[in-house]
Formats: sequence, structure tokens, C-alpha cells
Amino acid sequence: GLAVAGLAGRAQAADGLTPNSWEEITNYNNYYEFGTGKEDPARYAGDLTIAPWSVQIDGMVDRPGAYGLDDILSKMTIEERIYRFRCVEAWSMVVPWSGFELADLLEMAGVQSGATHVAFETVLRPDEMPGVSRNVLEWPYVEGLRLDEAMHPLTIMATGIYGRDIPRQNGAPLRLVVPWKYGYKSIKSVVRVTLTDKEPPTSWNKANAREYGFYSNVNPAVDHPRWSQATEREIGGGLFAKRKPTLVFNGYDEVASLYEGMDLTVNH
Amino acid sequence: MIADRINAVTRRIPPWPLYLIAVLPPVWLLYQGLTGGLGVEPIRALEHELGQLALKLLIAGLCITPLRRFAGVNLMRYRRAVGLIAFFYVVLHLLVWLVLDVQIPSQIWADILKRPYITVGMGAFALLIPLAVTSNNMSIRKLGGRTWRKLHRLAYGAALLGGLHFVMLVKGFQIEPLIYMGVVLVLLVLRLPFQRAPFMRASG
Repeated sequence: GLAVAGLAGRAQAADGLTPNSWEEITNYNNYYEFGTGKEDPARYAGDLTIAPWSVQIDGMVDRPGAYGLDDILSKMTIEERIYRFRCVEAWSMVVPWSGFELADLLEMAGVQSGATHVAFETVLRPDEMPGVSRNVLEWPYVEGLRLDEAMHPLTIMATGIYGRDIPRQNGAPLRLVVPWKYGYKSIKSVVRVTLTDKEPPTSWNKANAREYGFYSNVNPAVDHPRWSQATEREIGGGLFAKRKPTLVFNGYDEVASLYEGMDLTVNH
Repeated sequence: MIADRINAVTRRIPPWPLYLIAVLPPVWLLYQGLTGGLGVEPIRALEHELGQLALKLLIAGLCITPLRRFAGVNLMRYRRAVGLIAFFYVVLHLLVWLVLDVQIPSQIWADILKRPYITVGMGAFALLIPLAVTSNNMSIRKLGGRTWRKLHRLAYGAALLGGLHFVMLVKGFQIEPLIYMGVVLVLLVLRLPFQRAPFMRASG
């Protein structure tokens, strides 16, 4: 109660963002391993075992290995980040995450000089994930970032929402959050992080490269082939919610320099 | 026989109550949408529920002739009501899309032209308009039975486009819209002329 109100108050003070309610954030999720309905993850994710949890960090790192989550957390600084969250389906939320910078995790493992990209993998447990019996996507879910995107201070690994442990439907116990990219880049329940010198395959790109590029930066000027990305609907506005304009890089202009000289329509 | 018993019951039940019952689902959905029953994003939920209801009724309408031909169950007197109610739901689906979802008038026309799944959905709606307009006894008399029946084969195209609209709008490989599409295709195959002779019922 108090913590939540305090957090929301600070969020507004910081950059005028009012976080969505816990109820909204935890009952409208895309986590296809638990079903394609928006309420399926909240309904069916309860069986996912999230403790113990370890993350395999491998590839081009100095200290590869299976890192226990508690071990990781003991070395990280957890802070609160209130971010806009823009789904490729043209809806959006504001989420008060807590977590640590991905850069800190990568530095812990020691990134080798030739590495250019980071690949991520979601846990795959058919016994605990009813959605994976259907091949909506190729499992396990995989994602990737360029190394400079991964090292950007805005990029975090989230472990909580509203100061509470992150719920399973939102990607417990540890998920990526890249606030200037469409939501599907922010891969959930991460079990593997691999440093590589190639652009790694990503799940939605494998499923439909025309519709989902590697970069997937929020961009109102580049439509999804099947719908406009110019506007979005904020969750929580009810039956008469107005659409609002979508912002370039979801409002995080400070990342623009990462893409200088790139054609963002081709590299969508 | 079960078919005869069903026919005996339906002979006594007129179609008009269907129109009254048909009003209930949209009213219920609207109430749910206003009170949180459709989740935290009620616009999309309402739009999808109405679209699926419409598609289900288009499919139900296509079932009536095969049911009579292959099972001897005669629901013919309800076919007009089923078709008109399907059209009513399509109109509501479209209104939710226009007024609550897209909201921006200039974008509506662009979407219809630019987005194939919307083009296909609008195509299905366009095919249903002449059917809704002529779903009355006067039109049958004016057009003559043959012409009227020919015109109402547009329902096949509408169901096909409606099913395709659903298949085209989902993300990833999803099975549910393919099931709808499969049912529509089976119902249309049953109408191919080569099916007629061997399936003539002996019992009349």
C-alpha cells in the first residue's frame, strides 16, 4: 500500500508517468508459453518453478558458467525504473520495474573483446507450460540485442514490479526490459545469456521476418504490415479509451545515437 | 427418429423469439466491458467477441441446408433469423472497430485499403449487405425464387472471407482460426454438385 503509493508518486515527479495498476500489469500479458490469450499467463503460469533458478552465461565471456540467481542478486544493485512499455500490438502500459542494469551482469561474466551481440533464451518446461504443446512459435523463445544496446544504461534485467517479486506471468524470476523496443524484445524468465559475434536468431523474426525485424525499435513511422504503429492505446482507459500518438523510440530519445546512419525502415 | 422429433418440436416454435434472444449477448458484453468483466483492455475484447459471434452464426446458417439434406433435420424456418442476426453482429463488430478502436476517421479508409485482413473483412461485410436487404418475403417475390437463391449464395463468399479475416489477423501459428476456416470449407464442399446424387435420402 504505502510503498506502492510512494513509488507512483515518485514516478509522476520524475517524468510525468503514472504507472498502471498492479491488477492491469499482471492480468494482460503476452507469454505464449502459457497460451495466446491475454489472461492465459495469469491463469496458467502458477505452476512454473522459479526457485531454484540459475542463468547459464556463456559464449564470448571470461567467466562462463551457471550463475545462481541468489548469487547474481547478491552482486547487483536493485533500483526502481518506471518505464513506458509499448507492445507491437499497439497497446501500452507504464510499469514500475525493479531490477539491475544488464551491463552489470555482463561485466560480472566479463565480455570478451570480439563479442558484438547478446543472445537470450527463455526457460522451456513443457510440463509447466501448457502453451508450448502448440507450435505458435518455435520453442524455446529466444531474443537478442546488439552489445551496445545491451550495455545501454536503460536496459535492465527486472526482478520486481511495484517493489514486489515479479509475478510468473510477467517473466519471473528474471526478465529483460528494453524500454525503447516493442515488448516482445523484453524476453521473460531468462535461463541463458550468450555473448556472440553474430546477430542471434530471434523468435518473432524467425516466425515472420517481414513483420518482425531484429531491431524492433518503437517507431510510429514504420507500420506493422497489418496495422498502424502511429498510435497506441493505454491499458486501463476502459471502453472509451482514447488512442495517443506513439513516440519515436517510445520516448527514449537518448538511444537515437545507437542507430546513427542506419535506415530504421530497412532495419525495423 | 431423432430428426422427426426435432422437426415436430421446431414446427411449434416460431423464429421470432430468436431476434429477442440475439440482443442479449451484445448487451451482456457491453455491460461486462463497462464493469471490468472483459479484462483491462475491453475494446479489443468486445471487438473480438462480436466478430467471433458473427462468424459462428454465419457458420450456423451454412449448417441448415446440409442438416436437412444429410440428417433430415429441418431448421429452414430459422435460417433467415440466423442470417440477419449474423449481419447484426457484423455491424456491431464493425461499429466497435470504427468508433472505439480506430477512432481516427482518416485512418479508417487507409486501413481498409492498406491492411489486407481489414480489406477481406470489409469484403465479407459488403457481401452480406444485399443479403440482409433481401431477407424478407417481398424481396423473394420480387426477385423470384431462382434469382433470390442465386443471390444468397453470396453467403458462401461472406463466410469464406470472414474465416480468412480471422486467420489473417492472429500472430504466430494459431489453431483456432484454422478450425473455423476448416469448418467453413467443409460446409462449402458439401454443397458441390457432385455430392447430390449419392446422398439422396431414401426415407424422404
